Amino acid sequence: MTRYSILSLARNALTGHRNWPQAWRSPAPKPAYDVVIIGGGGHGLATAYYLAKNHGITNVAVIEKGWLGGGNTGRNTTIVRSNYAQPGNTLFYEHSMKLWEGLSQDLNFNVMMSHRGVLNLAHSDGQVDSFQRRGNVMRINGIDAEYLNRDEVRAFVPLLDCSLDARFPIKGGLLQPRGGTARHDAVAWGYARGADAYGVDIVQNCEVTGIDILGGRAVGVQTTRGAIKAAKVATAVAGHTGHLCEMAGMRMPLETHLLQAMVSEPVKPCIDTVVTSGAAHMYISQSDKGELVFGGDLEFYPSYAQRGNFPRIEDVAQNVLTLFPSFGRLRLMRTWGGVMDMSMDGSPIITKTDIQGFYINGGWCYGGFKATPGSGWVYAHTIANDSPHELNAAFTLKRFETGAVIDEHGAGAKAQAH
Amino acid sequence: MMLITCPHCGPRAQTEFSYQDDATTRRPAIDDAGQAAHFEYVYQRDPRRGPQDEIWRHTAGCGKFIKVRRDTLTHEITATGTPQDDFDGGAP
Repeated sequence: MTRYSILSLARNALTGHRNWPQAWRSPAPKPAYDVVIIGGGGHGLATAYYLAKNHGITNVAVIEKGWLGGGNTGRNTTIVRSNYAQPGNTLFYEHSMKLWEGLSQDLNFNVMMSHRGVLNLAHSDGQVDSFQRRGNVMRINGIDAEYLNRDEVRAFVPLLDCSLDARFPIKGGLLQPRGGTARHDAVAWGYARGADAYGVDIVQNCEVTGIDILGGRAVGVQTTRGAIKAAKVATAVAGHTGHLCEMAGMRMPLETHLLQAMVSEPVKPCIDTVVTSGAAHMYISQSDKGELVFGGDLEFYPSYAQRGNFPRIEDVAQNVLTLFPSFGRLRLMRTWGGVMDMSMDGSPIITKTDIQGFYINGGWCYGGFKATPGSGWVYAHTIANDSPHELNAAFTLKRFETGAVIDEHGAGAKAQAH
Repeated sequence: MMLITCPHCGPRAQTEFSYQDDATTRRPAIDDAGQAAHFEYVYQRDPRRGPQDEIWRHTAGCGKFIKVRRDTLTHEITATGTPQDDFDGGAP
């Protein structure tokens, strides 16, 4: 692997940047591997990278049905944060945040992590109390959190409608200054390049069509490019975890739902942070190209179509305009959709299963991107040791049976409510 | 935009309706004290890529619960009726 540096940049500039080596190989799948990871998005590639880096396991294939990062890794709104209050979530997401802080250096690939802050708006007295409590939980766990009152919010994000007669009056907000955004494609590419350098095979355009189980043990996968034997099979997909687990004969506490996001035409810098609101459900930030990137609620009905319907676009745009009236003249440039596993408590599942050598990483709802490094880190540990890392010990499948659910929103067993 | 035909009110825009649940789940009998059946009912779902029967509610209309057969890959709706209606012998 050629290390990227100012020297390599200068050297390649002399030849007009025509001689850069490929960032990763495109090998044909070998007949057998120690570990086959299903899904070449951020989570799968990060898992492969940390399996090699932290555990020395390099005879690994990442199987991707489309192209790298073409699923939800390339469809999300790139927000990174660790502002969780439930035991099980708090420290896991903070571990992920710490990995984000050094990720570009670790991967020698610029993931453009920008710690521009994530601000959650509070619109009611109840939300003020609950956000302050969440901030306290974060701080007691060593995570940065700052409560801003209305005047401080107004000074921090001047374009917000902070008037008292607004449709969603702003009472204050909880700010995580270290939160922010990262370049989502670069995360997939950086992990792919890193994993490839350790000898991991990344196989694109290869769809898994079956999971081979023999005597209660996973022994390989069937794919559109032939059968591949594996000592361990690990899923890392979005939206299709239930479908893959069905191939392994498992029923899951998951529903697949549809989420849309959209961007406006590019404009000069006007929001230098990430603003989210749970009451007017929307989240917005500005990309480096100048587009306003925003999204909101699910479609609320199960779907595998990676495209949504117009009412939600209208609804999200309305919520954005309610909070930022000055965006009213901007034109919408692009909208898109992605499908995600909505788990029954809103928290992920990273676990070994009753099938020996079969591992599941799924149920990310619509919060998977921020977790990418941490998820890969603990999943690699789980696969390598056949036992969970302490940070994903709570993300079991059994929790739904035992009642130890991690319900951050307190919404109950209704997938679309999380 | 999906056009959903309410069996009581006729064809209406999707925005008048709210999705409730999978129409094939069945609450275990009230005297079934076993945990397994209740766990399956509350938490476990079948991933259906294709037509599935669902319960929707005509929230901004008559308020009644209706059954809808909808394709989860294309969003095409092929049948609607009351929750008791059996579309050609049950869900696929």
